[in-house]
Amino acid sequence: MSKQIEQKEQLIQALIAGDYPDSQGRYGPFGGRYVPETLVGAFTRLEQGVSRWLDDTKFRAELNAELRHWVGRPTPLSPAPRLGERWGAEVWLKREDLAHTGAHKINNAIGQALLARRLGVQRVVAETGAGQHGVASAAACARVGLPCEVYMGEIDMTRQAPNVDRMKRLGARVVPVTSGDRTLRAAIDESMREWVSNPTDTYYLLGSAVGGHPYPYLVRELQSVIGREAHQQIIDQAGGLPDVAVACVGGGSNAIGLFHPFIADRSVKLLGMEAGGHGSGLGEHSATLVHGRPGVLHGTYSMLLHDDDGQIQETHSISAGLDYPGVGPEHALLAATGRATYLAVDDNAALDALNECCEYEGLLVALETAHAFAGAREYAMKNPGKRILIGVSGRGDKDLNTLLEHSS
Amino acid sequence: MSGATRITAAIAAANKQGRPALIPFITAGHPDMNGFAEHVAILAEAGDVVEIGVPFTDPLADGVTIQRSSERALKAGVSLSWILDTLEQSAAQRTAPVLLMSYLNPLLTMGYETLAGRCVDAGVAGFIVPDLPFEESAPLRAAIEPRGLALVQLVSPVTSGERMKKLCEASAGFVYAVTVTGVTGGGGKADQAAILAYLDRVREVSPLPVCAGFGIREAAQVNAIGTHADGVIVGSALVEVLEQDGDARAFLQSLGGKLHE
Repeated sequence: MSKQIEQKEQLIQALIAGDYPDSQGRYGPFGGRYVPETLVGAFTRLEQGVSRWLDDTKFRAELNAELRHWVGRPTPLSPAPRLGERWGAEVWLKREDLAHTGAHKINNAIGQALLARRLGVQRVVAETGAGQHGVASAAACARVGLPCEVYMGEIDMTRQAPNVDRMKRLGARVVPVTSGDRTLRAAIDESMREWVSNPTDTYYLLGSAVGGHPYPYLVRELQSVIGREAHQQIIDQAGGLPDVAVACVGGGSNAIGLFHPFIADRSVKLLGMEAGGHGSGLGEHSATLVHGRPGVLHGTYSMLLHDDDGQIQETHSISAGLDYPGVGPEHALLAATGRATYLAVDDNAALDALNECCEYEGLLVALETAHAFAGAREYAMKNPGKRILIGVSGRGDKDLNTLLEHSS
Repeated sequence: MSGATRITAAIAAANKQGRPALIPFITAGHPDMNGFAEHVAILAEAGDVVEIGVPFTDPLADGVTIQRSSERALKAGVSLSWILDTLEQSAAQRTAPVLLMSYLNPLLTMGYETLAGRCVDAGVAGFIVPDLPFEESAPLRAAIEPRGLALVQLVSPVTSGERMKKLCEASAGFVYAVTVTGVTGGGGKADQAAILAYLDRVREVSPLPVCAGFGIREAAQVNAIGTHADGVIVGSALVEVLEQDGDARAFLQSLGGKLHE
């Protein structure tokens, strides 16, 4: 074995052994905690809170009860026979679109809201791109009785207007972000600024598997319920493991939630689909792992879309939820080791996949999720007769405005 | 003399004259790139140490003024490479030491070895990196410390006592005491007495001069804080003066420092 392959294999073994994140919050070379000094204390308290509560029996029982009776877990694993017939494959869908508020985001939001209450904070701030994490945070905060403020880029507020109204009805204050790129990235910048201003009494409910340690770990742990359920369900219902698990990747929370419980099953290929937008030039896509280089943004060292001067690039995707120039550090490690493969799907392929899924399975999935379907379809065409597990991260009702624009 | 020693010496020289060191900050290339060399010269004349901001697309520790100046500078084409080239051209004439204030990613992208070498050529004495906590700073320090360049550590009002001591001992040049929990340029809501008590706390444990920054805008504040700190950093207020085409020299003069009559 060449030295490089040997190193990659060691990293995969460490990943399977549960060595990551290490004590420095690293996943191999990626991860860490690059935050202003004012937030170091807040991150330390969060880290202590996570290690105190996340595996605590009472906390677990409380979380599991909420997941079951309020979120509606376990979500089903649906066979998709008509798509399967078209693609020449056996297709299974893990239905996070059926979770409360219509997407996987609620798994993380309710977990962190319960944690925030344990930590005794006065208020919660959250950022949102597509609005799904904002809606989930607003709902979870209402559920546990904490005031919630959601920062949202004004471009996203326009393209995801129904979600803005939902957040307000759920009692959240929605703060428009007019700085920077006015999408998810600027919303995270602004949430961090708000947290820097109130580091002791505010809980920052980060929605993706990004940010400084322990966020990528915390979000992965809370989202892994997707993969744990799917792992059991596919063995029960299909009689064995899938050949491939496919998920869309923006920051990567639903993908890491689906992938993580399958990492040790080396026969299962992990396939992450990024937003290819409408081209491969800077600013035309948000395919961070496909086109990016390592760098530091929002507290973590991971793959990043930035130029030769280290300036973060504008991104594009038809789906607001994938429109982000960074990606979680664990995905960067999965990509670097080859344990997972990441490809880009362009806007049009995602739209086609969304329509196909409507027509043949009666499911209107989110535009983000449609990228996973497009990737699964491509995989099926090249590899006939495989068992394919697709993470259906969310439903597509929120995208009707965008879809109407594109059908005219 | 190493960059770190030059910074400490410049602050000590001001204190010897019975005044706090004045450390003015501007965003490089703002409001226009052509004026940058001249602005640096004015700052070096009026200030004891000069702080140059490297614009970044996601300045998450900064308030609206520096967000705006960074955005404008980037749009005009300012880059770290251009800043170092420009500083190098006037390095020989400048006596006041220059610090670069930069978020980590532009430094990381240039590569620490290249960065350190070019900074020595450009007469840069050290760095302030607001998103690089001490725990993550070893790789950068390994490249810059052998060349005598300083990595200034920041402390904040919510930094614990034990950690504050560690950061003060690990710092170089001076210790940057952030006066408010918040972003740069903040208003005057902060409790003055609490700020002064906090500065006293930092000074008590710091072997290096302590300079206060964030939200310092006028002479009265400089005077009040100046008796509890060895220097003051003035950023957003100066950037606003430049933005409005005001007289930077006159503004800095009004705050005290070398040019104060």
